[in-house]
Amino acid sequence: MKEIDYLAPASLDEAYAALQNGKTSAFLAGGTDIIVQLREGRKQVDQLIDVKHIPELMRYGWTDGGGLAIGASVPFAEIYEDAEIARRLPCLIDCATLVGGIQIQSRACFGGNIGNSGPAADTVPALIALGATLTLGSREGTRELPLEAFFTGPGQNVLAPGELIVTVNVPPQPARSGAFFHRFIPRNEMDIAVVNVGARLELDAAGERIAGARVSVGAVAPTPLFVEEAGAALVGQAPGEEAFARAADAAAAAARPITDMRGSIAQRVHLTRVLTVRALRRALERAREA
Amino acid sequence: MPMRRSHVQTTLNGEEIDFLCEPRQSLLEVLRDELGLTGTKEGCNNGNCGACSVILNGRVTNACCVLGVEAEGASVVTIEGVAEGDRLHPLQQAFLEEAALQCGVCTPGFIVAAKALLDAEPNPDEGRVRHWLAGNLCRCTGYDKIVRAVLKASDAQEVTA
Ligand SMILES: Cc1cc2nc3c(=O)[nH]c(=O)nc-3n(C[C@H](O)[C@H](O)[C@H](O)COP(=O)(O)OP(=O)(O)OC[C@H]3O[C@@H](n4cnc5c(N)ncnc54)[C@H](O)[C@@H]3O)c2cc1C
Ligand code: FES
Ligand code: FES
Repeated sequence: MKEIDYLAPASLDEAYAALQNGKTSAFLAGGTDIIVQLREGRKQVDQLIDVKHIPELMRYGWTDGGGLAIGASVPFAEIYEDAEIARRLPCLIDCATLVGGIQIQSRACFGGNIGNSGPAADTVPALIALGATLTLGSREGTRELPLEAFFTGPGQNVLAPGELIVTVNVPPQPARSGAFFHRFIPRNEMDIAVVNVGARLELDAAGERIAGARVSVGAVAPTPLFVEEAGAALVGQAPGEEAFARAADAAAAAARPITDMRGSIAQRVHLTRVLTVRALRRALERAREA
Repeated sequence: MPMRRSHVQTTLNGEEIDFLCEPRQSLLEVLRDELGLTGTKEGCNNGNCGACSVILNGRVTNACCVLGVEAEGASVVTIEGVAEGDRLHPLQQAFLEEAALQCGVCTPGFIVAAKALLDAEPNPDEGRVRHWLAGNLCRCTGYDKIVRAVLKASDAQEVTA
């Protein structure tokens, strides 16, 4: 690794000041992406800003309305060890327990997974399905935006210089709703998704029709996709295989994958369909239990 | 140009120490090259193999994905801190008895990772052990003997407890 400065601001204001010192920066959260990228020369910056001493980024809690605000740097292990999160937002556990192995989960976090902005990032389709937003902070103040509006390309996002992710906000979930995330990888653990899918289903009061749905697919385009057409295909329908197949067609139509060492275009389109149907089935089970 | 080195104070295997390092040095490099603790191994140097597993503030992590300067104010346990003096940890004893190593490069990482598991969950089943150790790679043993050793150590702990 080339020589680098290390800063560990103890507050957001200190972090914003560090971002104004004229040097190029990256943030250091769990380090599981950035340290490797810097060492391998895939990225170069003058300074690393360790964000793990900023209180707002290291805590999480339920909001009055029943949403969950997660500090950007809270390690995944802390999230999935929380029994109440597991009970109320099992879809978050689906993704948090899949990122790397235990050594990675001890340090890696949502802010890092999102900040790295990889097309296959595993927490993103889960969070988009849950309707998550980001709170971005800078010296000028904060702004909130839907997670799906954050990504602009592989490794690229709308973060302005001087800005960082403060919290990832999971809004209160609709009544009678359930969400599920999963991915396809060639082995059981520790690999990058060939395709990953998050889905949320919301039932009407009678439990007979779908009142709302969100589907997100990763690793099939330069950025994770929020497939609104898949949700639209489900609304008003009876929950079941026929409706799920139509949503899967919409997801497959939105996919623009490439062929690489992990999978071909044809396989990825096929997987998009299969994983979407299966995610919807599991989301339905969870909605019925809710 | 002179290297800029940072002064870091940390607790290493229960002892308060301080050291100098460059900000770009990983904790793995600091342990091995600055502090002479070569029990922690470098396999991949990119987070995939677990040979560099250490326990940082109570959680097992890969020292190759941590900067040395991040150890400031932290507590670090390495393989050198697992035995109590001359008395092997039940995991170390079980690895010997079950012949759970061949070349041995992965062994410190497996033992440190398994220790973190048994500290948190004294009685894991086989599935849990295999899942927990998914971030540790071994090119020699085929894993069965390692898993058996961890299960044996958890039984042994129960007897002594
Ligand atoms: C062995 C291994 C296995 C992995 N397996 C998976 C996997 O299964 N699924 C998966 O999705 N990923 C996986 N990854 C990639 C990585 O672990 C995840 O992307 C992880 O969530 C990154 O989080 P981090 O805290 O380590 O990020 P860091 O490396 O600390 O940071 C990553 C990027 O995010 C930026 N960033 C960090 N915090 C902020 C913030 N608050 N605001 C703005 N930007 C920020 C940084 O500038 C940097 O560019 C794996 C990595 C390894 C080494
Ligand atoms: S050397 Fe750190 S994980 Fe392989
Ligand atoms: S004993 Fe050789 S790598 Fe595990």
